[in-house]
Amino acid sequence: MCLGIPGEIVEIMTDRDDFAMVSVAGVKRAVNIGLLDDEELAPGDWILIHVGFALSKIDEEEATHAIKMLEGMGQAYTDELIAMANSDLGAER
Amino acid sequence: MRFVDEFRDAEKARMLSARIAGLCEPGRRYTFMEVCGGHTHTIYKHGLEDYLPETVSLVHGPGCPVCVIPMGRLDDAIALAEQPDVIMTTFGDMMRVPGGRGSFYDANAGGADIRMVYSPLDSLRIARANPDKRVVFMAIGFETTAPSTAMTVLRAAAEGLDNFAIFCNHVTIIPAIKAILDSPDLRLDGFIGPGHVSTVIGCRPYEFIARDHGKPLVCAGFEPLDILQSVYMLMLQLHEGRAEVENQYARVVPWDGNPKALKVIAETMELRPYFEWRGLGFISQSALQVREKYARFDAERLYAVPGVRVADPKACQCGEVLKGVLRPWECKVFGTACTPETPIGTCMVSSEGACAAYYNFGRFTRERVKEATRS
Repeated sequence: MCLGIPGEIVEIMTDRDDFAMVSVAGVKRAVNIGLLDDEELAPGDWILIHVGFALSKIDEEEATHAIKMLEGMGQAYTDELIAMANSDLGAER
Repeated sequence: MRFVDEFRDAEKARMLSARIAGLCEPGRRYTFMEVCGGHTHTIYKHGLEDYLPETVSLVHGPGCPVCVIPMGRLDDAIALAEQPDVIMTTFGDMMRVPGGRGSFYDANAGGADIRMVYSPLDSLRIARANPDKRVVFMAIGFETTAPSTAMTVLRAAAEGLDNFAIFCNHVTIIPAIKAILDSPDLRLDGFIGPGHVSTVIGCRPYEFIARDHGKPLVCAGFEPLDILQSVYMLMLQLHEGRAEVENQYARVVPWDGNPKALKVIAETMELRPYFEWRGLGFISQSALQVREKYARFDAERLYAVPGVRVADPKACQCGEVLKGVLRPWECKVFGTACTPETPIGTCMVSSEGACAAYYNFGRFTRERVKEATRS
């Protein structure tokens, strides 16, 4: 719950308010980007995701470091990815 | 030390370690508190205390939101989940937390419908699919998760989804730090400021710590080198006689935080007059409740919540651990009666709790040796 997971924006969704399709650990997921209204977001940008919401925009280097560190965490990161996989925010209206 | 880029980072760590040692004044001990479960995790996983001089200690404060939830509040949540029309949704972290009447898992076994979700938004989907039920989301966390809850309430409001509500347990970090500073139990030399919480609130809210209490605070990232760098920055401030708020994690934390996140929290929630924290007791204006305007999404207004205060089990010393007064292994039941498999207290449940972090990474063995040789 407290982990920030980096993801790369693949597409800003035009059919749903506040959502982007984001690649997280190689899997595409819908993520709410409504908390980053003040940022210019585009495909290729990296964001830090908390419980389905992008909380900050980060650069690629930071994302790479953060992913390596999360992978080193083991179970806690695995659990978060499993929880994320079981969630279906793409179905969110 | 298990660094990511083993060689390069270990070199950097040694360099920082030497710099920190160089700033230590003879005969002086230094104690820094971190208030973020992620930091606790990094410190013990990577054995960072091995890189610090013996006179520099890191203690863990009330930074794990799962750990600070009092037992009575969990019992209240279970009472809500037991309402016949309620489906409760929760982050997985909460499932095993022991309350006075057992955990969410126990309540599920007893017939309550409690479902794990990844995001509060998942609760809306469940609410739409179950129009004859009310879905109550167990909202917990510091300012890191509060904006997500707020956004979810706003979405439910926009959609007119009235069979969704939250049981609001969001807490705020600043009053907890104030309570620690006002407590006579502990003498601190400075703070390692939280990472993700600061992404939302920024660095300004910490300024009172430097200004009114004369203690430095450095917002820190989560990698081992971030923590060591932050300790170095704290030591340098003390050495130069400064007490300021500095931002080591500027690559993620903006000085002013995330204005939109703060705005949606303020729109939907307001400060409670007081809230009980495990270990710290009742702290005034330290938690959030749903604003009147969104009362129809507030489980505490919709249902009669028992609100009974439940004392921690006698053997449990989570309170002292959360205040940084006791090291996890100094608790009487640590690693014996209380383990991650059969936790008595919250600090042993969450992987970011100080006790679970010590237990899982075997640091307690070394700490015991260190303390024993000291005395």
